[in-house]
Amino acid sequence: MDSLQFLENILQSLVAGLLMGSMYGLMCVGLTIIFGVMRVINFAQGEFMMLGMYFAYFCFAWFGTYAFFGGLWFPFFLALLAGPAVFLVGVLLHRLLINAVTGRRGNKLEAQGHYAQLVLTLGIALVLQNGGLFLFGSTPVSVANELSYSAWEWGPMVGDRVSVFVNQAQTISGLLALVVVIGFAVLMGKSRLGKSLRASADNPDAAIYMGINVDRAHRLAFGFGVGITAIGGGLLASNAPFQPYIGTEYVIIMYAGVVLGGLGSIRGAFLGGLSIGVLQQVSAIILPNQLQNTVIFICFLIIILFRPQGFFGNKDRTA
Amino acid sequence: MSSIRKDFLHIGLFGLVYIILALLVDNSYYLLIMTIVPVWAVMGLSWNLFSGYSGLVSFGHAAFFGLGAYLVALCMVVWDLNPWLTIMLATAAGGLSALLVGIPTFRLRGHYFALAMLAYPLALLYIFEWLGYQEVALPMKRETPVLYMQFENPLAYIALALALLLAALGITSLLSHSRFGMSLLAIKLDEDAAEAAGINTLYWKLIAITISGALAGAAGGFYAVVLLVVTPLAVFGMLVSAQALIFAMFGGVGTLWGPVLGAFILVPLSELLYARYAADFPGIQGVIYGVAIIAVILFAPEGILWKVRSILKPGQFRMLGSTASITDLDADESLLAVSQGGSGEKILEVIGVSKAFGGLQATDELSFAVKQGELLGIIGPNGAGKTTLFNLLNGFIKPDKGEITFQGQSLRKKRPNRICAMGIARTFQVAKPFTHLSVLDNVVIGAYVHTRSKEEASRHASAAIKLVGLENQCALPGANLTNKELRLMELARALASLPKLILVDEILAGLDPDAMQEMLVVLEKVRKLGITIVIIEHSMQAMVQLVDRFIVLDHGALLAEGRPEEIVKNPQVIEAYLGKKWLEND
Repeated sequence: MDSLQFLENILQSLVAGLLMGSMYGLMCVGLTIIFGVMRVINFAQGEFMMLGMYFAYFCFAWFGTYAFFGGLWFPFFLALLAGPAVFLVGVLLHRLLINAVTGRRGNKLEAQGHYAQLVLTLGIALVLQNGGLFLFGSTPVSVANELSYSAWEWGPMVGDRVSVFVNQAQTISGLLALVVVIGFAVLMGKSRLGKSLRASADNPDAAIYMGINVDRAHRLAFGFGVGITAIGGGLLASNAPFQPYIGTEYVIIMYAGVVLGGLGSIRGAFLGGLSIGVLQQVSAIILPNQLQNTVIFICFLIIILFRPQGFFGNKDRTA
Repeated sequence: MSSIRKDFLHIGLFGLVYIILALLVDNSYYLLIMTIVPVWAVMGLSWNLFSGYSGLVSFGHAAFFGLGAYLVALCMVVWDLNPWLTIMLATAAGGLSALLVGIPTFRLRGHYFALAMLAYPLALLYIFEWLGYQEVALPMKRETPVLYMQFENPLAYIALALALLLAALGITSLLSHSRFGMSLLAIKLDEDAAEAAGINTLYWKLIAITISGALAGAAGGFYAVVLLVVTPLAVFGMLVSAQALIFAMFGGVGTLWGPVLGAFILVPLSELLYARYAADFPGIQGVIYGVAIIAVILFAPEGILWKVRSILKPGQFRMLGSTASITDLDADESLLAVSQGGSGEKILEVIGVSKAFGGLQATDELSFAVKQGELLGIIGPNGAGKTTLFNLLNGFIKPDKGEITFQGQSLRKKRPNRICAMGIARTFQVAKPFTHLSVLDNVVIGAYVHTRSKEEASRHASAAIKLVGLENQCALPGANLTNKELRLMELARALASLPKLILVDEILAGLDPDAMQEMLVVLEKVRKLGITIVIIEHSMQAMVQLVDRFIVLDHGALLAEGRPEEIVKNPQVIEAYLGKKWLEND
């Protein structure tokens, strides 16, 4: 392989990595909100992503033909719509199940309820993924349209060589993910709602004394968290086929990004997800396809073992 | 000893009943289920032996199970090795891989540990797929079936599975009643307190995960023999780790029979439903496990056995462990005495020690020495760095700069448990009792530093309890003590480790005058044994009558040093405590 070819491969992987990474970043942001506000590790996050994917898929299958936005843009619109839909699922699950072991109730349990939270969300993951198998079937599906199969060509950059092909669906998804993240960050930073979420995260007891409804803040945080990850899933759905078990694979990708960025930090989570996307695509140049995920898992282990506070966060929260 | 004998009796009876039951069944599908159930019960026991006792949640037991399964399958396919041998190898491989996983991963605690454990089996899953082992089938050996564990009679498989389960039960019983069980319980209840009480937490966690991994490896190896086909998803998949955890949590965490109960209820249930409804509802097993574990968390957070217990014996506090008996209470306090050699010599020396947390200089170029047999008081206003100093002395944190020596030996590279073994014990500002252990057991944990013998440990513990005057509270759980009793118990735990030096952190805080007097009497008794005491205290008054010498800290640095009567008159000290104004008015 000559050097121009190599350059082209690198550029190609970088661009693809950034676009995929942007979607991973969005999903990581969802995960990190839940941890940041509630101090809960949600193992079922991948399954909420899966719900977002199937939401987009079924809406597309049922209403696609009546799409008033034009068929090309409809999947992306549905991906955004998956957010509010899964938000509702999350709020409901929080009220029914998760609330019992988190926040002030969790504090009464062994190890502040961490034990119970990990296991409860694992149970939810199992039910969603296997219930998904029943409801959605095991055949991989995707929400593909022409955009998924078309690319823009950037280049040639050196003579008639070194062209980077960017998948159109991926580009739109990646950019939309970025927009959602920025929008959410602004919401968290500026709005009254964002302030109450951050206050509940910082000191739940003090927040209660200040008249903030911490239960409600947690419920919203959980809803936002899973909703945002579901948008990420919806966007990803127009790029790759999926089945109900896809969550397990992605939950590690998400945790890798979140830990890389420092647990609980929105900016860190997005940058972390972005880095994981790039790492995944670039590693594919030298390694066989099957090992892409192994690379991520091993990186995840290295990060968590040697720098558990992450690279983009600012607080050490190893305990 | 009798509790182990009782366990073994139960284990034997259980085995007998199971075999009789197997003889009565003649449906081959039921017999298969009866083979699988013990294998999963072993996985539950394996998870329980590590996570249930230590409190560190593992989501990665599939790694050890899968390696065991693949080892047996591949050895048979590639080298024609028989499973009798390779299951033993699988056991070793499971243990070894668990040890290798434990060494780096025990740097982490809580959430981070659980997350890291999740990654190991999933990384292995993709590696085995990449290696091309998507499906490894064990070849049929028609000439020498028995050598390859290929029996015609399904009862043979059941007997083997049962043997494995009985062995796992026996190991769990023996371990949980030994020092191992106590140490892991202490780690689960409070890892810092355990380490400070001289328990080498890393060592015990490594032992626990190694044995646990070995059991999982054996279960995996046997699984390969029974199912004859091994796929990455079936052995490294998330569901394998999840099942191990679910059986233990469902039945009862940290109990001998809990994981068995969990497996015996959930495996047949999910298998039978799967057989009936799989065509319409392919994921039914996962849903059942998921619902089971959600229900347990919501309604019986520590499993069925504990729930049943709390219903049968309402109001009774849940106690764990019980290695020591209260009959040893005739122990003599002089057991704890330290030989008085070289009284007045430096026992502890702090030389130019600095420690900063971010921008905060908690300890600043601090130097002082403690003499053998003295009672040194450390005072200083809030935030003067007193507790940080203790954390430096007992090894919880390491100095950025400077040197600490104890009896001439540097403490620089020593972990807290080593420092405790060298003879420095401590109590905590916020008491750290092991809440679910009896007072006696709380103290016994401290006594294991210098002895492996249960009898000797309980003798030392009894002497310490007698010295602090908690004989009547011995059997109470740590959670039920008053503030004064808690502090006495911590002191007893420190004393039971036969220390030469005790670091006492604000032991008088929050005590009423009477209780304070009692405490001072106890401290005086401790001093009479020849034990050197360094005590942190807020209020000078109580201390003046007790200590030989004060050092005064302010902003992490040494402000003054001297005899009590000098210190109370020292203008710098008065200023630090009361402000300049006070001095001027005086």
